[in-house]
Amino acid sequence: MAAPDIKFTRFVLFTNGLVPAILLAWDAYHQKLGANPIEFATRATGVLTLVFLFITLAVTPLRKLTGANWLVKFRRMLGLYAFFYGFLHLLTYVWFDKFFGAREIVEDVWARPFITIGMASFLLLVPLAITSTKGMIKRLGGKRWAKLHKLTYVAAIGGVIHFYMGVKADTTIPITFAVVLAVLLGYRWVKGRMDAATKNSTLGIQTPPR
Amino acid sequence: MLIKKPDDIKSSEITDKKYYLTRRNFMRGAAFAATTAATTFVYRRFAVPASPPVKGEKIENVQTAQAAESFPPPPGEAQTSYEEITNYNNFYEFSTGKSEVAGAARGFVTRPWTVAVEGMVQKPKVFDLDDLLKIAPLEERVYRMRCVERWSMVIPWVGFPLAKLLQQVEPLGQAKYVAFQTLLDPKRMPNQRTDVLEWPYVEGLRLDEAMHPLTILASGLYGETLPPQNGAPLRLVVPWKYGYKGIKSIVKITLTDRQPPTTWNISAPDEYGFYSNVNPRVHHPRWSQAKERRIGEFSLRDTLPFNGYGEQVAGLYAGMDLKVNY
Repeated sequence: MAAPDIKFTRFVLFTNGLVPAILLAWDAYHQKLGANPIEFATRATGVLTLVFLFITLAVTPLRKLTGANWLVKFRRMLGLYAFFYGFLHLLTYVWFDKFFGAREIVEDVWARPFITIGMASFLLLVPLAITSTKGMIKRLGGKRWAKLHKLTYVAAIGGVIHFYMGVKADTTIPITFAVVLAVLLGYRWVKGRMDAATKNSTLGIQTPPR
Repeated sequence: MLIKKPDDIKSSEITDKKYYLTRRNFMRGAAFAATTAATTFVYRRFAVPASPPVKGEKIENVQTAQAAESFPPPPGEAQTSYEEITNYNNFYEFSTGKSEVAGAARGFVTRPWTVAVEGMVQKPKVFDLDDLLKIAPLEERVYRMRCVERWSMVIPWVGFPLAKLLQQVEPLGQAKYVAFQTLLDPKRMPNQRTDVLEWPYVEGLRLDEAMHPLTILASGLYGETLPPQNGAPLRLVVPWKYGYKGIKSIVKITLTDRQPPTTWNISAPDEYGFYSNVNPRVHHPRWSQAKERRIGEFSLRDTLPFNGYGEQVAGLYAGMDLKVNY
């Protein structure tokens, strides 16, 4: 696949990433979020966090499967969008649910695994957002940086568990998310094993991975 | 609309087409428009659906005075709007999305409808709904409704005390509990084809709770017959308990000597007990029950013990540990 105009594609992706936030704000302003707007906003931003995390996690498999290495140029922006929606999600909780009541928040995080896991998953994204700049990658060194950013996997798993725990009985959507995540992470695991097998193989001929 | 005459703009000022409509720019514009439109479309599919207007039939001869004397509506608490009451529902037989129930329940047929009242009673009977609604005068009861999910409403129900119906069938001495059952008909309640809950939905009360004057069978709200999404044609309202105790579209009521199974308790026993009394001190494992969001309000309200009906009902639970019997 030929590389597209990176600058322009980046602009298109940036705009598209912002579209849900704009629509959410627009609907909120026009009172079109239903009877419980805050619940809707919390749910929407939560789902969007996972969606952007998943798109970010899809970059590597897509690159390897299609050979379109330029895809990696968009990964930082996608990851930062996951952080952005995660931040909004947390904000709806801290502001509209707890009204910045520190004691209540601490109590919630401490006593309720549902909240603990959600909060931990978001906090894991913070160092990743901070170290997303070119300068930081240089300072950390590519290998260490890559290792650190594997935390994305943990955050995504935590996010899905948090989503699953948040629903009362209808787990269809959280389970769908879990399956997608399993594919995204499963690909890496399988690919890693195959690569290792190729490397360690003493045989000269290796069947191509299929 | 003002349309400028062509000669407002000198022809020399019009940018030549070839400068802005190059193929490249056109393709870029198209890509930009197509992707944002697609993103908008996908987002919109998951946004809150537009609410279909509903209208019940006017119920004649609703008595308000009698109810107002013994059960004053919550003072200083505005009634939740009809639109919000009828578009934000938990009724899993139709949909698990609270904003989707109204659309999914549209056209639900509630006539003919019978309610069997049986079990440990002197005179078991299958009531035709229209006869059942003539057992006692219909009253307007303005009650708080507190959902276990931390939101609440103030709803002007139309109904009559459950006790009046139970008196008709004459419970036997050994009857200690009342069990309720929702219609089971996946053709009319399409989400019963899924297994999100065990169907049919069942609920239960202790006999003294069922006989309490606050406990009503409701057939309407805001002076009109219940829309399907609110539990048409007949539902239970127990205002001091979490909303899910208010079983909807009732077809069977059974008196029994054993504590009957209840749907949410079967689904998650550690989260939903048999009693399910509103209690700001007994928390749901996943969230605090100390506060609630009144629909239509921005800030949270403190949740009241027994949803504010403690004066009337706390006596029913004298000596009981409400942390154990949640």
